[in-house]
Amino acid sequence: MSKFFTSSIGQKFFMSITGLFLMMFLIVHLILNSLLLFGDGELFNQAANFMSSNPIMKIVEPVLALGFIVHIVYASYITLKNQMARPQKYKVANKAKASWASKNMYILGGLVFVFLVIHLANFFWKIKFGTVAAISYDGGQTELHDVYGLVVGLFKGWWWYDALYIAGAIFLFLHLTHGFWSAFQTIGWDNDKWISRLKVIAYIYAVIIAGGFAFIPLFFLVKYVV
Amino acid sequence: MKIKLNIWKQANAKAKGKFEKYELDGVDTEMSFLEMLDSLNEKLIKEGKEPVAFEHDCHEAICGCCSLYINGHPHGPGSETATCQVHMRSFKDGDTITIEPWRAKGFPVLKDLMVDRNAFDKIMSAGGFVSIDAGQAPDANANLVGKIDADKAFDAAACIGCGACVAACKNSSATLFVAAKVSQLALLPQGKVEAKRRALNMVAKMDELGFGSCTNTGACEVECPKGIGIDFIAKLNREYLCASFSESE
Amino acid sequence: MSKLDAKIPEGPLAEKWSKYKATQKLVSPNNRKKLDIIVVGTGIAGAPAAASLAEMGYNVKVFCFQDSARRAHSVAAQGGINAARNNKNDGDSVDRLFYDTIKGGDFRAREANVYRLAEVSSDVIDQLTAQGVPFAREYGGTLANRTFGGVQVSRTNYAQGQTGQQILLGSYSALKRQVALGKVKMFGRQQMLDVVVIDGKARGIITRNLVTGEMERHAAHAVVLATGGYGTIYYLSTLAVQSNASAAMQAYRKGAFFGNPSFIQIHPTCIPVLNEYQSKLTLMSESLRNDGRIWVPKAEGDKRKPKDIPDEERDYFLERRYPAFGNLVPRDVASRAAKERCDNGFGVGKTGLAVYLDFRDALAKQGKKVIKGKYGNLFAMYEKITGEVPYETPMMIYPAGHYTMGGLWVDYNLQTTIPGLFAIGEANFSDHGANRLGANSLLQGAADGYFVAPYTVSNYLADEISTKVPSTDSPEFVEAENEAKAILDKFLSINGTQTASSFHKRLGHIMWTYAGMQRNEEGLKKAQELIGELKKEFWSDLKIPGKTDEINQELEKASRVADFIDLAILIVNDALNRKESCGAHFREESRSEGGEAMRIDDKYSFVAAWEYHGEEKEPKLHKEELKFENVEVKVRSYK
Repeated sequence: MSKFFTSSIGQKFFMSITGLFLMMFLIVHLILNSLLLFGDGELFNQAANFMSSNPIMKIVEPVLALGFIVHIVYASYITLKNQMARPQKYKVANKAKASWASKNMYILGGLVFVFLVIHLANFFWKIKFGTVAAISYDGGQTELHDVYGLVVGLFKGWWWYDALYIAGAIFLFLHLTHGFWSAFQTIGWDNDKWISRLKVIAYIYAVIIAGGFAFIPLFFLVKYVV
Repeated sequence: MKIKLNIWKQANAKAKGKFEKYELDGVDTEMSFLEMLDSLNEKLIKEGKEPVAFEHDCHEAICGCCSLYINGHPHGPGSETATCQVHMRSFKDGDTITIEPWRAKGFPVLKDLMVDRNAFDKIMSAGGFVSIDAGQAPDANANLVGKIDADKAFDAAACIGCGACVAACKNSSATLFVAAKVSQLALLPQGKVEAKRRALNMVAKMDELGFGSCTNTGACEVECPKGIGIDFIAKLNREYLCASFSESE
Repeated sequence: MSKLDAKIPEGPLAEKWSKYKATQKLVSPNNRKKLDIIVVGTGIAGAPAAASLAEMGYNVKVFCFQDSARRAHSVAAQGGINAARNNKNDGDSVDRLFYDTIKGGDFRAREANVYRLAEVSSDVIDQLTAQGVPFAREYGGTLANRTFGGVQVSRTNYAQGQTGQQILLGSYSALKRQVALGKVKMFGRQQMLDVVVIDGKARGIITRNLVTGEMERHAAHAVVLATGGYGTIYYLSTLAVQSNASAAMQAYRKGAFFGNPSFIQIHPTCIPVLNEYQSKLTLMSESLRNDGRIWVPKAEGDKRKPKDIPDEERDYFLERRYPAFGNLVPRDVASRAAKERCDNGFGVGKTGLAVYLDFRDALAKQGKKVIKGKYGNLFAMYEKITGEVPYETPMMIYPAGHYTMGGLWVDYNLQTTIPGLFAIGEANFSDHGANRLGANSLLQGAADGYFVAPYTVSNYLADEISTKVPSTDSPEFVEAENEAKAILDKFLSINGTQTASSFHKRLGHIMWTYAGMQRNEEGLKKAQELIGELKKEFWSDLKIPGKTDEINQELEKASRVADFIDLAILIVNDALNRKESCGAHFREESRSEGGEAMRIDDKYSFVAAWEYHGEEKEPKLHKEELKFENVEVKVRSYK
């Protein structure tokens, strides 16, 4: 078992487990975000404030962060080691028919990571460290962060933020098309019948997640700007 | 027809290699790729030049000697084929063909297009067998093997050990090779007894010898001359994870 | 001419082997670790022998010229492996397999060896299965069997069309296990250059490390040669291009007799020669003849497309000549019949040296799906090589050199005439007579390796337990190395104009023309003359580039070709000497009124074992008379 953490399959196992965990998080995140599309923001603000004040989140938040860190650290380590497995490169790169995303997961992951940093700076940071305007829906009895206002402000104010969020969604889409079925393959939940099925499910999942996230900036762009 | 060749030349394991350009006239479309190289070598020897070293033997895509990486494909154009079954009709007059050796830390170049694939033997020695001495075997019909399992085991066992999977993989991973052997023996009752030990030891040896890890690009499956599928890699992962969580060694 | 003693145990045929095992000398387990054995070759005889001897406790050194033991040419055997298990309840038995093998070999094999082969056949399948060989199975999980040419029972075990590969990998894995346990030391990329004989016993070998070019000396208590056959003597054959006769020739020059060198099987169903560059012919499994029909046009030089030729204008010559067995006559018969048609101008294809193997009727009757299930991989291989699709147009096939029944002469112990030097598998001459039955080659190799050599080698080593392994500095080793090195230097020093391959090609052409499927006195004498000239030219006009102390593939080729030339002389000698037709050896002078092969039992019922007498002198013939006490010697008829 001690060898497990350093073995090629063991490392991939952690990539897979953290990947699956992050994919579940994406589902929750998208469901919450979809509330942005309904009403004037009260629903979303209630939900957002519930999430941020919930004691369970005190545990979930660091676990989530750990999920990201393990995923990124292992990815970097594995990529480096895999690079070293071929000291001399080919003159003509391999032309085997394999999906572009599958060969460029680290680059895609890196782009998603860059997006994530900006995304955290845009929202998480501001909410956490209290530079968000307050809003009350019960005549001032309880004050909530106006996260909805923050979102709308960002997407209607700066068009390149819309573009950035859409680009982020595209990177995420590509990352997920491979990541989703690859995660199942790595933990061994796959066989000759399920490979093609999982690949289809991966596309459906990636379209829903990335499409959902991309729809939000587009929605506000259309609603307020056009 | 006339073709241009761009071939990796390297005097020995320690020497620094480089690409050498050759032109070959009078190439017949009926020639096999290896016969084309034979005729290049005949020409070079007659001109007093050093011939190109490359490996080949059975010419029936079964011995696994071929190790030519041709225009970006291990074994050249065509699916489920080894170099020996590639014919010059796959190329056009005036084509430039770039031939490289397998490139991987685990497969050091010995000379020109010859590489050392001893690592595969070492991986096999780590556990790619059933521990049974001659004389101890039970009746072959004592352990029944369902046709579906037997056929599936055969599909995995069809591996010719050429190393095209490593050559094609962007990570130089030998996972498909290991997966094929582990799966074959795990599918058969006679191999199940030491399946856990086998999976753990073969993977450990593969890692030790400097091969990369599998990132599921599937390039190996596309380039495998025997069409061995990556579903066997899923099986290997399954076997390995189960073994890791349960084996006390 | 002396008579050879095959050391066959006394007693009834069926009891010989059990009696041998019960009374042979043994080596106790604690003494085995003091004894070293060298095994050369890692095919379906060498790998099992090495693994089994190591399992017993001996120290084994294994050599092969390939980079890995898994690449030995047994890997390319397609069809299957026989075993007398009577799985199909169709009357098979050890006696039946024994009889079929003797008859198939045209009554030129040694009864006792063949019986032993049939006796251990079932154990071989058990052993291979236990090692993880995925033999074809029925839905219920029991072994599946198929039928092969020349027999009336279904006894062939198979793993699709890659049986050789699967069983070789089984043995290879057993070998790798012993490597891991430290009982086998593996030496890949080593070319054997000589056998070292000390005080009349084989005590080691000289090899060349093919990577560094260094000469190496290896000593042991016994040497086992499992170096395969020499079908590549024809240059174009179904064998791997590097398969060679060198180890056998080195043993022959050191005093081991060479048995029946002219017995070479020509396989009828191979993809024909397509062009002058060709380096290899590809076998299309015998199993294709179950459903394919062989024919040529009735009209000489008919150049129409095969599908435009109506049935009444086709000559299904095998069905016409041999109505009882039809397309499933044994290999030698089918090959000669095809050659006869082509020689008379009825051949098809660009060169006229091909006949059709047509699946039209089978496709119409069984449908494409069924045919694909049976022969899919072979059809695909044919298409890759020729660019034609056998589902649409008939295959074109022609005979090609395949398997050598001849080889080093061995006694019942599989020991050559040099004590301590054993020859197993295709490298020896013993079990197949003048023609080998389909699916018997894998059986013989594996049987020798797993279940014969471990006993007989132990029997020999029992007298060696107090002998020390000779020092590799002993004069015999030094001399052998110097001689081997001198030959290599000689190749490089000639500095002529012709490559080793070009000589091999010419030698192959001479052999195919005059000592191939059909032989006659005049042709063989012509061959002697031509080979003599070629030999002179070889030693005066060879061009080998590079040096000896590096990877030098041309140098490797040269030493193989030099040995092939000497072997060719021996083959022709043997063919001239045997003035009868038997099995694959067809002398035009000896045929029946119907044109079929005719044996002359009163004169030639013997094994011809040739003893080397120096470069300048003719080899000396020794005879091992063949006694058939358990079968009735009959005319082999397939009509």
